[in-house]
Amino acid sequence: MSNYRQMWLDLGLDLEAHDALLSILGSAYQDIFLSQKNRPEGMKYFDFVMSEVHGLRIKELMDAKAAGRIVVGSYCVFVPEELILAVDGVSVGLCAGAEFNFEGAEEVLPRNLCPLIKSAFGFKRGLVCPYVEASDIIVGENTCDGKKKAYEVLSPMVKDLYIIDLPQMKSDIGKMLLKGEYLKFMAKLEDASARKITAETLKKGIEITNGKRKAVKRLADLRKADPAPISGLDALLVNQVFFYDDPLRFTASVNALCDELEERVKKGEGVFPKGTTRVLMSGCPMAVPNWKVPLIIETSGAVIVGEESCVGERGTQWLTDVKGDTVAELLDNIIDRYFQIDCAVFTPNPSRVDHVKDMFDRYNAQGVIHYSLQFCHPYIVESGPVEAALEKASIPTLRLETDYSQEDAGQLKTRIEAFRERIEGK
Amino acid sequence: MLVAGIDIGSITTEALLFDKAKGVVGYTILQTGADSKKAAELALNTVLATPGKNISDLNYIISTGCGRKRASFAKQSVTEITCIAKGVNYLFPNARTIIDIGGQDTKVIRIDGSGRVLEFEMNDKCAAGTGRFIEVMAKALNVDLDKVGDISLGYKKDLTISSICTVFAESEVISLVSEGEELEDILYGIHKAIADRTMGLITRTGGIENEVIMAGGVAKNSGVVKALEKAIGAPLKIHVEPQIVGALGAAIIALEKSV
Repeated sequence: MSNYRQMWLDLGLDLEAHDALLSILGSAYQDIFLSQKNRPEGMKYFDFVMSEVHGLRIKELMDAKAAGRIVVGSYCVFVPEELILAVDGVSVGLCAGAEFNFEGAEEVLPRNLCPLIKSAFGFKRGLVCPYVEASDIIVGENTCDGKKKAYEVLSPMVKDLYIIDLPQMKSDIGKMLLKGEYLKFMAKLEDASARKITAETLKKGIEITNGKRKAVKRLADLRKADPAPISGLDALLVNQVFFYDDPLRFTASVNALCDELEERVKKGEGVFPKGTTRVLMSGCPMAVPNWKVPLIIETSGAVIVGEESCVGERGTQWLTDVKGDTVAELLDNIIDRYFQIDCAVFTPNPSRVDHVKDMFDRYNAQGVIHYSLQFCHPYIVESGPVEAALEKASIPTLRLETDYSQEDAGQLKTRIEAFRERIEGK
Repeated sequence: MLVAGIDIGSITTEALLFDKAKGVVGYTILQTGADSKKAAELALNTVLATPGKNISDLNYIISTGCGRKRASFAKQSVTEITCIAKGVNYLFPNARTIIDIGGQDTKVIRIDGSGRVLEFEMNDKCAAGTGRFIEVMAKALNVDLDKVGDISLGYKKDLTISSICTVFAESEVISLVSEGEELEDILYGIHKAIADRTMGLITRTGGIENEVIMAGGVAKNSGVVKALEKAIGAPLKIHVEPQIVGALGAAIIALEKSV
């Protein structure tokens, strides 16, 4: 990592704060991931990615920029990667998963705000996120009120903040709005990159993005097995790296991991003993390095077998149809695909519960842990009806509301263990 | 066959001995203090001393409570939610709803006739509406913790404490004092605030099903009990030692394990 200092300096990072961040991250990674037993060999690639997440990957972004490609950073699965790839751009998710420099964030934002937003500001204001600094365009999106208004505060802090408006209802008008916004975004990308989106480049963008999605879907499918061939923590990590890594290399690495896991499943091998209590996570996204609740769950005698989350199936379950010969046809396919995402900002949002139930069955789960970030009103409000619907379907459900701090870890552990005991019928 | 249950809570630690033939042989309640590991050992040694037994005489030990992992002598740890359910079921076989208010947690548990947990709710990280909340208020009002319940029963005016946050409620209480409100009215208002918050958890578990049992240290507070009974519209059943229910449940699970 030592030869990246000049690059970080050129990006305007605060090296001292950045060193501190990397050292905390490194030791957390050691404690949480590397200490797990029976990890698949294929996870070594992701360990490498994480060890170079602010190093080699940033170097690649800088090289891409030098070669005339644009880097587009975003915070949401409604930002279509297909379009970014169609102008040969690089799409990256931006840092928002750690309690870093919250005091700096709270200088410009209210304290009672979701930790994901505060984290994004903490990283930006602390000058420790090379992805933000390397981005030519940062794409914000009108999902929740917190993000929508926070982007207004973020705007003067970054080079080029571009906002995508989003519908809140799954109506014809809502779909027209999405189409209008994606058309505008295409023009923005073409303008910024000085490249034209053609049917050919768009098709290629769709194929690359679908490749990533197919790979993580394959990974998800392997988690149906008992014993689980991979821990929920490792699978979450793969879903987190989905947002950062070079897409082709990522796809190949996930598929290599899946080849290994297939062998494990055939041999009946796993990371936890057969019969370990299986839970499904549902709710707010867990941006890297937010591993708090999964760690508590998997050190409380249960294994996570799926994530109904933006960093998980809500973000990846749908493929984009590649059929079509014109940009207009392909764009319609993209709109059809993204309009299905059942984010809690939509009202009403009935397909989400159906999806949770479907995942519960598909992954042979025994309970659902609903995860809400504190002050994330869309998911917290929705958690009540979701829990009621699941319990009505005889699906044991535990609702948690927490942030990125560690102070409630003891209480969370008690509730999660008690939930496992409830499932096991002790 | 002799087993032990030990409940290491945030404020108190309880140890209980259970004999397969004789039932509860003895129990002890002591302050957890700063060292929960030490408290656990002391509680176990204390409870063993009276019948003149040794740790080697025990067939099985289960620890519970927020310090459950700190009792290295225990064979297994089980959460207090499961243990309370078991303990209550032993004492009150018809129990279906349990309200347990301890030092830093409020729990509402729905159980079936065999003491199995059907659903539970527990407060998030804030200690509002728990035993600690009452302690802070008692201190602010300069009243003995043991007396706050009975004093509040003499209330005449229906005061409402609007904030349930321990910090804000404390300043609200202080302003009520300076406005000249009576002590018993303020105390009852505090207890009512706890009852209201607990009702929220009850609703989330699917409502009240009789019989309703109250456990945990706060069950010793007659003011909270009264306010809760009023809110629920049903009487609460309370064991003479509501604090030992968790340790009792742990001991019963220990007995099941050792058979």
